[in-house]
Amino acid sequence: MSTKADCRIAFAEALIALAEADRRVVAVASDSVGSSNLKEFKRRFPERLVNVGIAEQNLVGVSAGLASAGKIPFACAASCFLTARALEQVKVDLAYSRHNVKLCGMSSGLAYGELGPTHHSIEDLAWMRVIANMTVVVPADPVETAQAVRAAAAMDGPVFLRLSRLPVPDVHPAGYAFQVGRAALLRQGLDVTLVAAGVTVAPALEAAGLLDADGISAAVLNLSTIRPIDRESIVAAASRGPIVTVEEHTVYGGLGSAVAEAVVTSRPVRMRMLGVPGVFAPTGSAEFLLAHFGLTPEGIRGAARSLVRES
Amino acid sequence: MHTYPTPSTPQETAGWAAEVGRRAASIRRASLRMVHAARLGHPGGDLSCADILATLYFHVLRVDPASPYDPSRDRFIMSKGHASAALFATLAEAGFFPLNDLDTYMQPLSLLNGHPDRNKVPGVEANTGPLGHGLPIAVGAALAAKMDGATWRTFVLTGDGELQEGSNWEAIMAASQFGLDNLTAVVDRNRLQQGDATEHTIALEPLADRWRAFGWGVVEVDGHDVSALAAAFDALPAVQGRPTCVIARTFKGRGISFIEDRVEWHHRVPTDAELAAALRELTGDGGEE
Ligand SMILES: Cc1ncc(C[n+]2csc(CCOP(=O)(O)OP(=O)(O)O)c2C)c(N)n1
Ligand SMILES: [Mg+2]
Repeated sequence: MSTKADCRIAFAEALIALAEADRRVVAVASDSVGSSNLKEFKRRFPERLVNVGIAEQNLVGVSAGLASAGKIPFACAASCFLTARALEQVKVDLAYSRHNVKLCGMSSGLAYGELGPTHHSIEDLAWMRVIANMTVVVPADPVETAQAVRAAAAMDGPVFLRLSRLPVPDVHPAGYAFQVGRAALLRQGLDVTLVAAGVTVAPALEAAGLLDADGISAAVLNLSTIRPIDRESIVAAASRGPIVTVEEHTVYGGLGSAVAEAVVTSRPVRMRMLGVPGVFAPTGSAEFLLAHFGLTPEGIRGAARSLVRES
Repeated sequence: MHTYPTPSTPQETAGWAAEVGRRAASIRRASLRMVHAARLGHPGGDLSCADILATLYFHVLRVDPASPYDPSRDRFIMSKGHASAALFATLAEAGFFPLNDLDTYMQPLSLLNGHPDRNKVPGVEANTGPLGHGLPIAVGAALAAKMDGATWRTFVLTGDGELQEGSNWEAIMAASQFGLDNLTAVVDRNRLQQGDATEHTIALEPLADRWRAFGWGVVEVDGHDVSALAAAFDALPAVQGRPTCVIARTFKGRGISFIEDRVEWHHRVPTDAELAAALRELTGDGGEE
């Protein structure tokens, strides 16, 4: 696999390119200019960078107001605070009101490892995806991040982009074209499908390689849009056989649950859901915690192997 | 029920200020070591509140490390939870847990997270980290004491940038509505937040007038002068029948020449050489190891 990169770099470059092309694009921050990698944006477009201070509710409310007057705000903050602190603003001011705001949840999932459960954002997919009118996207690598930023700007309506700071390799083939609502089948397989998003896509691909050695042919589906969900791709996966979902999130209400909702209402198959098992994580780096919860190539391989053998 | 010694006052205990100063220096040294070893943390905010924490824990608070859950203890809530290294170092200094445990700061499965957890660490009263949580919790604690006719007091330490969170102002209004003269909020007024000066981000001034307008008594002190801090705490409440806000004028990174008053040290980690230089500077400040 290629060298790894922090997707915030691709995010910032894409946002600056959009801002160059479209005067309506503004960035909104809550003392999060550095952590959202917006310093260059601020240098280039100082009058289009709004910093509301440490005030996430205001961040989202102000963004709604900016959108109401024709701006395209990208509201950027650590995902844990952006989604949890401002949840009602997201529901009412963005989704219900249908304001054209792009929420950029930075350092989501377990990325803030050692800082502890206050800073882990492992409920954000659940919270964002249950709200009507929301579009929820989790890019897996720099290429998909840049495309997701452009796609979010191009569509009218609230979008939650779940971004990470953890370095990830490129997981897509050259020429990959991201589309909102379309999952990408990154690897064909006959016996089991591994469904992942964001930072879990690369370990899922590696796990599929390991499963070959076990005589198990695993497909890998990058479910980068969590809402609206790509039902067709999930039904196709269920037709092949059992499904393992892999998410950097609690197993309740996130990617696994979204897949299960599609599976049980179409073609029920057995599933295994990997993620954080409904607990506040212990102390440790992101790498430590991913391993602790079995979100590694070996952990995914083990889960898929036992699921296939049971089925 | 536990009996606490009456807190000493400057007149009573000769040498108390030097003792608090020594504790503050130890807290600074430990915090820097912890951040250096963990390769993560918030040294600027740790150093800025070291004198406040030392004054509270070694002069003001009626707490007993042997009895950390005693219902009649004073409550101290660290709202600026990112300065967890300073809080943990203070609690260890005060005897709530062994000093050696500080070496596990942010290590795998440690009880010492990057932000404090009351269910893991004796002496920690609130799980903070997201800013703007401590003051509402403190209002509830102080209100409970009033309901029970209890004499224990509640203290909360907030950052200054933290006051940009609206939740604080909801709590500030509630505290004055409820007449919580048993509540003291200390603001670590170091004028810097994460990315910039507070006044260049969302200005807080006139800060004292704002608290007063919301019904609080306000005292402004040099937050690195333990005698001035103690004098403010010894004269609570500042205004009869009202909650008190102590605006402690501080410097982020206080005590280390190359860290002090520099915004980038909000979450920079010292190199080996920087740690050594910092520890050398601290040896002159209030005492040896
Ligand atoms: C709700 C919330 N938003 C953002 C952050 C990220 N953050 C951590 S510390 C900090 C700056 C705090 O500044 P201040 O309150 O002045 O603290 P100090 O200067 O004492 O470190 C920020 C923005 C957070 N912890 N919580
Ligand atoms: Mg500050």
